[in-house]
Amino acid sequence: MKKKNSVFLIITIPAFLLFFIFHSFPALQGIFYSFTDWKGYGDWNFVGLKNYLNVFKDERAGDAYLFTFKFAIVATILVNIISLLVAIGLNSKIKFHKTLRAIYFLPYILSILIVGFIFNFIFAHFLPQIGDAFGWEFLTRNILGNPDLAWIGIVIVAVWQAVSFNTILYLAGLVTISEDLYEAASIDGAGVWTKFWKITFPLIAPFFTINMVLSLKNFLMVFDQIVALTGGGPGKSTESISLLIYRGGFEGGEFAYQSANAVIYFIVIIVFSVIQLKFLNKREVEN
Amino acid sequence: MNRKKTSWLVTTLLILGSLLILFPLYLTITIAFKTPPEMAGNLLALPKSWSFDNFAQAIEMTNFFNAFKNSAFVTIFVVIFTVLTNSLVSYAIARNLHKKFYKFLYFYFLSAMFIPFPIIMLPLVKQTSAWGMDNLVGLIILYIVFNLSFNVFIYIGYIRAIPVELEEAAIMDGATTWGVFWKVIFPLLAPMNATVAIITSLGAWNDFMLPLVLLSDREMATLPLVQYIFQGQFSTDYNLAFASYLMALAPMIIVYIFAQKWIISGVMKGSIK
Repeated sequence: MKKKNSVFLIITIPAFLLFFIFHSFPALQGIFYSFTDWKGYGDWNFVGLKNYLNVFKDERAGDAYLFTFKFAIVATILVNIISLLVAIGLNSKIKFHKTLRAIYFLPYILSILIVGFIFNFIFAHFLPQIGDAFGWEFLTRNILGNPDLAWIGIVIVAVWQAVSFNTILYLAGLVTISEDLYEAASIDGAGVWTKFWKITFPLIAPFFTINMVLSLKNFLMVFDQIVALTGGGPGKSTESISLLIYRGGFEGGEFAYQSANAVIYFIVIIVFSVIQLKFLNKREVEN
Repeated sequence: MNRKKTSWLVTTLLILGSLLILFPLYLTITIAFKTPPEMAGNLLALPKSWSFDNFAQAIEMTNFFNAFKNSAFVTIFVVIFTVLTNSLVSYAIARNLHKKFYKFLYFYFLSAMFIPFPIIMLPLVKQTSAWGMDNLVGLIILYIVFNLSFNVFIYIGYIRAIPVELEEAAIMDGATTWGVFWKVIFPLLAPMNATVAIITSLGAWNDFMLPLVLLSDREMATLPLVQYIFQGQFSTDYNLAFASYLMALAPMIIVYIFAQKWIISGVMKGSIK
């Protein structure tokens, strides 16, 4: 028995050490440097909470937080509504079921960055061509070039891609619901709407919770789509928190400052996830 | 299910919706075959001729085969070693969850799932470049280690459902813990191994951020990173750019066409856990 124990330790201790060295240690280092004025090179001094106070006063950081949350909340809601509808459609009795399911899942396997480049072209050239052809004024200009509208382009691409994964999760939930429930409800005279709110939704509530939390968390980290579509522009109107940390940290000599930003970002993500879980779990119980 | 009639309304709506997904791919394929003068005309039109000139030029310009080789090298090694090592670590933890150290490990790996990558990015890049890990091997090691977080979670749920009696019987026959894992447990994990392999390969093949921040040598760039690097050089030659995008997307699409059933069910299994 003793020997068995040592084998398990030989397996797990290296795994633990590697994970600590490449994951936890950098995280701790980031926290450490967030209290210094390190540029990423050269000397450094402790500066206490100065970086944190500056992040709160920094308009660029404030705008990045506002943009990221606006984007993430809108995208999360849209993705969940659309993928739930698609999943319900795919779960009903339809023709070409397998092919349709394969098509709806396709975006999941594609590189987000390359999809972003393709949509960049669609927004810049294809939609304006359609706008010109039909005389639709609002389409004639590239929305990615408009500081007030560029974020919508990013939402469209993010939703286009994310619906695939969320649909599959909802579908996994829907197939567990017995057809008999719906039939019994039909006999009682329940309509489509009632059936959805009284049967479907309560039964897939756990999947709804997972999907909401996962999509919000993923969208708060948005990076690839923005690099491919706007590069954070026009101006800084679509600069997400991840992009700001990347730019400031690697290109702007703001290693310590962006580390403080990253710590705040982390706390924000945790707080949001916990609130969301609490809120959605409560709903589940009530239902 | 069979008692119900086929809903043509839903089928039609879903087909219309699927066009929204296929349309960008249609544009990608047609534009990749067009010539710059054709771009002035109707963008929806099919190319006048199906010439592979754009592809040849893109291959040469971006050194496509080199990037393909890099992506394939990273993906293959990451998948193989992720499955072998992560399943082993999960097994060790799963069979000792009653002990403090292993319980700690379980929650330790699990909690790392909530730490967004940008948080560790800056110090990690400093550290890996100081250690000479700013290359493909470093990339592979980081993927394998980071994958532990999610994989330990999904493997352990599965391993806990395997009866311990199976292992005890093998031990009675004189097998070592090592032997038990590879001969008894690992084969039983086959469905989970497939799930992990699929999710891991998609992640490694399509990832952009880690190669972007980690790799210092352009020669080592993976396929998505190459598209980013050449974005400026493609400039307004969209035909060239789209030929390059299409070649970068094609390998995964081809795999998907043949294996979509397994890929979808693999991802589904991994996400319900």
